[in-house]
Amino acid sequence: MENHNQEWDIVLKPNVSLFELNLKDVWKYRDLLFLLVKRDYVASFKQTILGPLWFFIQPILTTLVFVVIFGKVAKLGPDNMPVMLFYLSGVILWNYFSNCLTATASTFVSNASIFGKVYFPRLIMPLSVIISNLLKFAVQFAFFLLVYLYYLVKGEINFSFNAALVLSPVIVLMMAMLSLSFGLLISSLTTKYRDLTHLLTFGVQLLMYITPIILPASRFQGTFKYLLEINPMTGYIEAFRYAFVGSDFFTWGLLAYSVGVTVVLFFFAAMTFNKVEKSFMDTV
Amino acid sequence: MGRVILQAESISKMYRLGLVSTKTLSHDVNRWWHTVRGKEDPYLKIGETNDRTTKGSSDYVWALKDINFQIQAGDTVGIIGRNGAGKSTLLKILSRVTKPTTGEIKIKGRVASLLEVGTGFHPELTGRENIFLNGAILGMRKKEIQSKLDQIIDFSGVERYIDTPVKRYSSGMYVRLAFAVAAHLESEILIVDEVLAVGDAEFQKKCLGKMGEVTGKEGRTVLFVSHNMAAVQSLCNKSILMQYGQILHYDQTAAVIKTYLNSGIKEGENLIADLSSAHRSAGKYKAIKKAWVENGKGEIVSRIMMGNALTIKFEFEFPDTLSNILVGFGIENDMGTRVTSLNNEISGDGAFTAIKSGVASLNFPTPNFIEGTYFISLSIVSNQNEWIDYIEQAIQFTVEEADVYGSGKLISSSQGTVFMKGSVKISEAK
Repeated sequence: MENHNQEWDIVLKPNVSLFELNLKDVWKYRDLLFLLVKRDYVASFKQTILGPLWFFIQPILTTLVFVVIFGKVAKLGPDNMPVMLFYLSGVILWNYFSNCLTATASTFVSNASIFGKVYFPRLIMPLSVIISNLLKFAVQFAFFLLVYLYYLVKGEINFSFNAALVLSPVIVLMMAMLSLSFGLLISSLTTKYRDLTHLLTFGVQLLMYITPIILPASRFQGTFKYLLEINPMTGYIEAFRYAFVGSDFFTWGLLAYSVGVTVVLFFFAAMTFNKVEKSFMDTV
Repeated sequence: MGRVILQAESISKMYRLGLVSTKTLSHDVNRWWHTVRGKEDPYLKIGETNDRTTKGSSDYVWALKDINFQIQAGDTVGIIGRNGAGKSTLLKILSRVTKPTTGEIKIKGRVASLLEVGTGFHPELTGRENIFLNGAILGMRKKEIQSKLDQIIDFSGVERYIDTPVKRYSSGMYVRLAFAVAAHLESEILIVDEVLAVGDAEFQKKCLGKMGEVTGKEGRTVLFVSHNMAAVQSLCNKSILMQYGQILHYDQTAAVIKTYLNSGIKEGENLIADLSSAHRSAGKYKAIKKAWVENGKGEIVSRIMMGNALTIKFEFEFPDTLSNILVGFGIENDMGTRVTSLNNEISGDGAFTAIKSGVASLNFPTPNFIEGTYFISLSIVSNQNEWIDYIEQAIQFTVEEADVYGSGKLISSSQGTVFMKGSVKISEAK
C-alpha cells in the first residue's frame, strides 16, 4: 500500500530508545515553559501583602538564625571570613538546591491530573521548576552581593579576581543540573513505589549536614570528612565561596569531581525519566 | 478516499488490576528476569477480553486488544461503545498520555486532545492569564493565542470577568472559558472526549456548532467520543463501535449506530431480565418470571429510537389457575416521574379468562418518550383487587435521540418530559 511510503510526523510505539529525550519537542513548547514560570511567580504572591519581599525574608531569617546559634552561641562558624557571608552564601545555594530537588521529585505525582489529560513534553514541568527557582535565586544572589559589598567597603574582606568568579554562573547551573538529576530520578521511581517520597525530606536534611552549610569544611573530621568529600554538593558550595570570599577547602579537583558526578547522574536520570514518562499514567 | 492521516496498527493495552503493592515489585523483578534472559513477558501472554461482568483468572486485563484502523483527513469519526469498551483508553493512547503495550500509531500533523476542559487552569490566575497557560498546555504558541485572544474571550462570553482570578468564577463560566480556548486550537487532528457533558444546554449547542464548523470549513480531522448518539449522528460521518476493547464495527455513522442499538451487552444477557427472585414491593406469589422489551420488528432490545414502536412483555406463572386478573405496566423516567401507566381495564382490552401461565404484553405503536432511560414497573392484581405480584422498576430501557420531527433539529429531555408531534405556525393578523 502506498501509505507505507508516507512521511509520518508522529509515530507512537511501545518502546523507544533510552536516550531519545525529544529536546526538539521541548523547544517547540518553550512558550509553555515560560508561562509556567510566570504562573509560579504570579501564583505564589497572589493575596500576599509583602509579595516578592518573601524572596528575601526567608533566607535572611534562616541566615540570622544560623549566625546566632551556630556562629555566636556554639562558635562553630568559620575563622577566615565574616560569619554572615559564610551562612548567607550557604543558605541561598542550599535553598536553591533543596527547593529544586523536592519540587522536581514530585513531578509525576503532583502533575498527574494534567499529565493524564494532555500531552506535552513532560520535561517541561521540572524545567519550569528549575527556572522559577533560578529567578528566586537570582534575587537572593543580588541581596548576597549587597551584603558582600558592605563587607568589602568595611574592609573585612578583600576582593580577589579568580577563574571561579567568572565560572560562578556555570557553577550555579551545574548545581541546578545536579538537583534536576536527583529530582528526575526520584520522580521516576516514585510513580510506582511511593516509598522514596517519605525518605526525601529526611534525606535532604541529612545531606545538608554533610555539606559545608552549617559547619565550615575545615571542621569536618574522619568519616565525616570522607562523606563531605564524596558529596557532590560540596564542590559547588566551596567553589562558590572560593569565587567570592575564599575557601581553604576548595580545589579544582573537587569541582571536577562534582561536575563528573553530575553529568553521569544526569544521563542516568534522563534515561530513567524518558522510559517512565511514556507509561507512568498507568501506575501513578 | 482522502489521504490517511492516522493509522493504528494492532494496538493493545494491558492494565494490571488491583492495587500496586509489594506483589507488584515481585512481578516487576520476575518480568525483568524474563526479559534479561530474552524470554517473553510472563504476564503479557495472559489475554482475556475485557468483560467486566465476569471475574477473570488473571490480574492482567487487555483494555484494548489488537486494534487496527485508518482515519482519512477531513473525516469526523465518532467513537461509541458502552462504558468500559476501551474508548477512553484508545483516546489516551492517541493523545499520547500513555503508550500502547503493543502496536504502533502513525500520525501526520499536529494532534490536539481535549480529554478535559480547563486542564492546567490555575485558580489564582485571571481568566486572561489562564487562556495563555491553557492554550500553551494544549500546544498553542503564545503568538497564536495572542492573535486569537479577542475571539476566545468573545466566544466564552465572560469578558466582564476576564481579569478576575478564575477561582471566583461560577463553574459554568469556568467551563465556557476553558472550552473557548480549546475551540480555537489549530491542529490537523482534534481528539475530543465527552467534554460536552458539562455546561448548560445552550452552551453545549454552541460547542457542537463550533465543532461542526471546525470539521466542515477547515477540513480538520476530528475524533469524538460520546454517549450522546444524537451528537455523534449529527457531527460524525464515520463511527467506530467498540466492545470489550475491540472494534466491533467501523463504517458510516448511521450503520454503526444501528449496530450499536441492536447489539446486546451479550447474547441474551440483561436483555431478558430474570425476575423470579427479584425484590417484590407487594404480592402473594413470585408470579412474574421474566421481562423484556421488543422493538417494532419483534427483536429483543434494550434501546430504541425516539418515536419507534415498543412492546414490553413479561412471563408469569401462578400456582393455580386465576381468572379476571388485571395486568399493569408503569413507566418512570430517570427522574422518578411516572410518565404513564396502563392496564388491560383502562386500555379497554377487558378481562382475561382463566389462565395459569402466559405472557403479558403492552404495545405502544407510536410512543412519545423523549430520549433518556426509563424504568418499567410490572404488576398483577386479582379480581378481588389484591396484589398478586408487584415489582417496581423491574427492567429498564433507553430511548435514543432521533430526529422525530424530520427537521434536522433535536428535542432533548431538558426540553420536556415527553415529546408531542405537532406543528408551529404563524399567520397574519386579520
